[in-house]
Order: sequence, then C-alpha cells, then structure tokens
Amino acid sequence: MMQSLQWRGALIAVVLVVSLFFVYPSLGPVPAFWEKYLPNSPVRLGLDLQGGLYLTLEVQSDLAVEALTDQTISEASSLMKEARIRYNDVVRTSPTALSVYLKEPEQEPLFDEKVLDKLHSFKKISSAPSDKGFEIQLELDPKTVESVKQRAVKQAVDTIRNRVDQFGVAEPDVVVQGTDRIVVQLPGLREDIDRAIDLIKRTARLEFKLVDEKGDVAAAEKGDMPPGDEILYQINRNPRTGMVTKTPFLVKKQILMTGDVITDAKPQPDRGGRMIIHMDFNSVGAQQFERITGEHVRERLAIILDNRIYSAPVIKDRISGGSAIIEGAFTPEEAHDLALVLRAGSLPAPVKILENRSVGPSLGEDSIRLGRNAVVLSMLLIFIGMAIYYKWSGMVANIALAMNLLLIFAVMVSPFLRATLTLPGLAGVALTIGMAIDANVLIFERMKEELRAGKSTRAALDAGYNKAFLTIIDTHMTNILAALPLIQFGTGPIKGFAITLCIGLMVSLFTAYFVTRTIFDYAFHAKQIKRLSI
Amino acid sequence: MELIRPNTKIDFMGNRHYAYAFTAIMLVLALASIPIKGHVRLGVDFSGGAMIQVKFNKTVDVDHIRKGLEPLSENLTVQKLLGSEEFVIRMELPEEGTDKLSQRVQGLLDKEFGKGNSEIRSVEIVGPKVGKDLQTSAIWATIIALAMLLVYMAFRFTFTMGLGAVFCLVHDIVIVYGFFVWTGKEFNLTIVAAMLTIIGYDINDTIVVCDRVRENLKIMKKAPLIDIFNISINQTLSRTLLTSFGTLISVLAFLILGTSVLQDFAWALLIGIIFGTYSSIFVASPVVLELDRVLPVKRG
Repeated sequence: MMQSLQWRGALIAVVLVVSLFFVYPSLGPVPAFWEKYLPNSPVRLGLDLQGGLYLTLEVQSDLAVEALTDQTISEASSLMKEARIRYNDVVRTSPTALSVYLKEPEQEPLFDEKVLDKLHSFKKISSAPSDKGFEIQLELDPKTVESVKQRAVKQAVDTIRNRVDQFGVAEPDVVVQGTDRIVVQLPGLREDIDRAIDLIKRTARLEFKLVDEKGDVAAAEKGDMPPGDEILYQINRNPRTGMVTKTPFLVKKQILMTGDVITDAKPQPDRGGRMIIHMDFNSVGAQQFERITGEHVRERLAIILDNRIYSAPVIKDRISGGSAIIEGAFTPEEAHDLALVLRAGSLPAPVKILENRSVGPSLGEDSIRLGRNAVVLSMLLIFIGMAIYYKWSGMVANIALAMNLLLIFAVMVSPFLRATLTLPGLAGVALTIGMAIDANVLIFERMKEELRAGKSTRAALDAGYNKAFLTIIDTHMTNILAALPLIQFGTGPIKGFAITLCIGLMVSLFTAYFVTRTIFDYAFHAKQIKRLSI
Repeated sequence: MELIRPNTKIDFMGNRHYAYAFTAIMLVLALASIPIKGHVRLGVDFSGGAMIQVKFNKTVDVDHIRKGLEPLSENLTVQKLLGSEEFVIRMELPEEGTDKLSQRVQGLLDKEFGKGNSEIRSVEIVGPKVGKDLQTSAIWATIIALAMLLVYMAFRFTFTMGLGAVFCLVHDIVIVYGFFVWTGKEFNLTIVAAMLTIIGYDINDTIVVCDRVRENLKIMKKAPLIDIFNISINQTLSRTLLTSFGTLISVLAFLILGTSVLQDFAWALLIGIIFGTYSSIFVASPVVLELDRVLPVKRG
C-alpha cells in the first residue's frame, strides 16, 4: 500500500509540475531563458475574446471551369487558323461545353487530328449539320472539371494566405472547409476590418488587352458589337469634386498577357505626385511583354484589373526590361492595397462571402473579464458549498477541483493540442466545475451509505470508491458522447465549448477519482486518521 | 450534514400517474407555444441575416437608433442590452449586399448621434446558405448525440433503459424549446450547445439511477421491479439533488454576470437542469417500468 501510495503521489506531482510548466507562459511575460529554451505557448484566445475577423468564403469554382472553357475557345480558334480549317463560329454552350461550327463537313477528320487531339481535356460528344454550319460539340470530361475546381480552391487558399500574411496578425488561419469553402480567421485584427475583407475577396485578375480603335464604341454599346470585341469601362473619380465618370472602351477579347508573371509590385508617386503602381515581371513575362509591345507599336494597350480598365496608354515603342506601371487616380491606401494583391497573386475564381463575423477588441476584453469572473464565482460558491456539506472530505474534493481547473488549461495550451479558448469555452469550464463535483458527490454519498450500514471507515472508503467507479465512467462517457457532435461545428466558438467540455470531463476522471483517492489513502495510512470527516 | 434523511422512502413510482399528468401538461404547454406564438425566433446563425452590436457613450433610445438606420433597412430590430448603453441591431441582409456594412452603419450612426459617440463592437453576417447548413448540422448533432446515447445505454444497461433515457432527453429538449418560444428568446448556436450539455447532464441522473437499479436487481432477486426503482431512486436522491444544486450554482454565475448571449445560454441550462432532474426520476424510470410487460428487464 505504501509503495502504491508513493508512485501515485509521484505521478500526481509530475502531472502538477508539467501542468504548471505549460500554464506559466499564459500568466504573464516569461523570463528570457524561458523564451529561449522552453516551450512558450501562451493560451490562444478565440476571436470572440481578443477581437478579430472570421470569414467563410465560397470559391465560385464553376467560374474557373467556365474560364477554362473560354480559354479553350481561343485555343481552338487559333489551332483551326493554323490548320486552315474554315469555320463559322466557336461558342460556349454551357460552363463545360462548347460547339464549333465548321464551314465544310469534310474537314471534320482534319479537325479531329489537328485540333481535338491537342485539347486534351475535351471530348467530342456529337457532330451533325446545323443551320449555323457543321456543328461539333465538345465537352470537358468530368474528371477534369473536378480537378479544375479542386485546384481553384487550393490556389485560392494559397493566394489568400499570401495576402493575409501581410496583415501583421499573429496567427492567421486559412483552411478549406468542405469542398468549395474557405474559412479565414484573423484573430487580433483590430482596425480596418472592411478594408481587410476587401483585400481578401478581391479577385485581382490583371489582364492586358488591345483597344479596338477601328470599332465604333457608341454603336457597340447599342448592341452592334464587332466580332471578338467587348466593352469595358474605365472608372475615374475626381479627387476634388468626388464626381465619378465612366468611360467605355471597345477592347479585343483576346488576352495578351495576365498578371501571373508579376514578381513584385510597389506603390510609388510619379513626377506629378500622383500614386502609381510599379510592377516587375519574371523573365517569361518580360519576353512576352517585349514581344507584345513590339508587335503593337502605336496601338493602345488596356491595363485591366477585374474587368475594369485602369489605363490604356499608347505603346510608343517596344518595351524591354520587364516592368510596367498602372496609373489611376489612387489614394495612397488604394495604391498600397492594389500593390499588395498584385504581389500576392490573383484568385483563380471570384469568391463570395457567406459568413462574416467580426469582434472589436473592447468587446473581447469585456468577454474575458466576464468569463473569468463567472469561472471564479462558480468555483468559489462550490468550494464553500462542498466545505460546508462534506467538511474535510469536501476540502479534498476542492483540492481536486482546483487541480482540475489547472489541468484543463494545461491540456489546452499544451503544444500537442494548442486549443483555442473561446467565451463558450469558458462557459464549458464553468460547467465542468459543476459536473466534476458530481463524481465526488457520488463517491461521498456512497461512503455515507456504507458508514450508515455499519461498515468501518476504511471499508466504507473502499466500497464508496469501488462501487461508484463504473457509474462515474458511465456518466463521463455519456457526457463526452453528447458533446462530441458539437465538434463538427467547424472552427467556431461552439467547437471551443465542446473541446473544453471534453477535456474537462477526461481530466475530472483523473482528479475527482484518482487524486482524491490518493489523498484519502495517504491520510489513512501515513497519518493514521481514524475517523472520516464527511 | 444530510440533505435527504437516510431511509427516506418516497413512493415515486406508486405516484407515477400524477407525474404522467404533470409531464403531459408540461409537454402540451411547451408544444402549444408553436401554434400560438409561431416558431422559435431563430438567431442569425440559423436564419441568416446581420447582427451588429453597438455601444454608445451617451444615453440613447431604441427608437432613435432604428430611425437613424432606416435608410439601411426598414426591417430591422434594435434591442437594448441590460445594464449598459449597448444595443444589438438585427436585420435581414440588405439587397445591395453586405459590402462595407459596418462602415455604412457607422456612417449613419455618426450622422445621427455625432462622430465618436458610438462604437461598433461586433458584426455577424451570415448568408442564407450557411444558416441552412448550420440548421442541418444542429439537428444532426442532436440526433447523433441521442442515437449514440441510446446505443451506449442499451449496451451498458438494457434497451428499455436506453429508451427511457432518450425519451426523457427528448422531453427535456421539447420543454426548453417551448420555453424559448414562449419567452421569445433567440435560438442560436450557443443554445444548441446548451441543449447538448443538458442532454449530457440529464443522462447522468438517469444513469446513476439505472446503475443502482442494476445493482439492486442482483441483491433483491425477488422484489418487484417497481420497488427496486423506488428504492434506487431514494438511495440516489441526495446525490441527484446535490449535483443539480452544484451545477445550478455554476449556471447562476452566468445568469448574474453574463451579457445577453450568455444569459440566454444560462437560461436554457437552468430550465434544462430543473426539468432534467425531474424527468430522470419521473419520465425515464416509468418508461422502463411500463415497458417491462412487453420488454421485461432481465434479472439475475
């Protein structure tokens, strides 16, 4: 018995020391040597406690598929031109399908060989004469559709991660949820939350297209669109009057170059003191840009971001060196944000905000105070209640309860789990306090019964613990079972509640049963106590 | 000290018919809330919409805020939080989208009350899709919890005890739901968490009784089941009440200190614990007893 007491005591001591070790950094600043050599992970506060931003985005990955189909249309057109296949039109019939209208049905074998073979992800589903020509229907195979969607989501996560990394919050978190949703959490983001949202959800797709100067803009606006053209607008705001003007431009649909080649983008003032954005291209981009500008001297090149024209300068000469600028009447903030998104890369498809929760820091501080007070108050009331009702045995239970609280926090901040403490999580802690005493109440009531039945103190103690053991296991198990389904609620506060509750319950098995038993055994064996104060 | 005198012999099961009447009345009252008051008021978590919490540094009244924000949405409600100049504004999602919603709200408040007099403390915008998803998850979470508990009880105890326990949990959920409909309190994700806590908590009471029944079945082989239930409930009564008090104390801490969100959470727990304690004695055990004719509890 003495031996078993020794190792039990040692185990409890070790657990205590390890817990204190984990919890210590959460209590205040740690000394220098600690920071250097020892685990230093203060408690991670949820968004509701420290303020911040929580977003659920939906990647409109259908649009990424659509973009692939559109891209294939221009690819097919140029392949047909190369192979001298005469055609009337190529149109997209659905997000995943397109139709080619050949002038001569006899060219179908040539089409199959020279064009279809090179469009790997498209399959021919039918070919038949129609009034627009000989129609060949092509469709994206479902596997490619899936992989394009998946890639779009993954790429969106990477891009958003790049962007939020520049916000300067301590632990930004960007994760995929389900198939096409992304959850962005920025704990500790304090100001300019709307601006942050803007930065995150901006598609930031930069494109260079040629302005069609021969076409008639006014006629095109009325619906008489020259083939292969589209209308895009330049939106200017007069900084003094705030007047917004919208200038239409007729541009060729073909994309000459995209922003994928940007290696760096910086806001800069130009000679007149207005903000511009200076971009550097990688070597591929530099070559591309040189070729484009060389081929289209004296034409106008439209610089388009998210389908809005920022500027359309006339190309004066071939531009080598791999850099370009975007002009526009930017405020310094706009220029800074624009440069940031250009650096971080574009989203493969637009995103939609499904859920947006933000908490200001002052509310977080109030919530911490409230949660802490509630935990302390319920702890205090239960301490007093237990001490009055169960006397010294109640004090033993109280020791276990205090240890329970310490262990919950230790497990939560431990490097293995690094769980987040939320306001419902604090409620979970307070509830665990209420429930943890249940185990002791069960044991103590049982001991009282056995004492009344005339058993010796020692026998009553054993019987109390032994008979209550299975019941305690059952009650803890069922509580955990009831809390488990809550963990599926993603990353929100409810998950925090479920996690603290589960941790609390597991810990209470150790403290309310094992620790109290050890204390009682110690009192009876080492201290030779004869009477149970209960 | 003793809360319940030893050898207390209350004839719980003999009087179970009164309990049936009471249970029936309470369930009817809870369910009657739906045709009378309509369904429970869903929070933005479930219904979708926007919820904005604003703090003022001067005294303002609810109607004034509502008038100030009229350009944003005609269909908005403003609620004052107890004990401070804080308000919760709820609205449907504006048609023009939620872009810069908090900036727009702040702008309107500044215009109405002067710059620097109000501070937006939190914004929650939940799209209808997410709201629907959360509703589904909440319902599934509850069903899965109940199913797992039924299986666990059937495995550890008997199938009828599992049924009794689940029936008693459903009873508790209905009562709490009815309470929320009657009081017009908002039903949100936090309340679902409270519901599942109540489930976990109430099944404890049932387990403690069932455990004792199982033990007593071995000792008193000849005694009728009804006596065994009575004895078991009496034997565990002080524990049942003590733990209920203990947990109620924790809940009370939140009722006293909490802001509206946590107060509603605490209210759900308070009602759940009170009725849960009742139902573990007067609902779960009678179910096993009544079912004994069809599905007898194995003895020996």
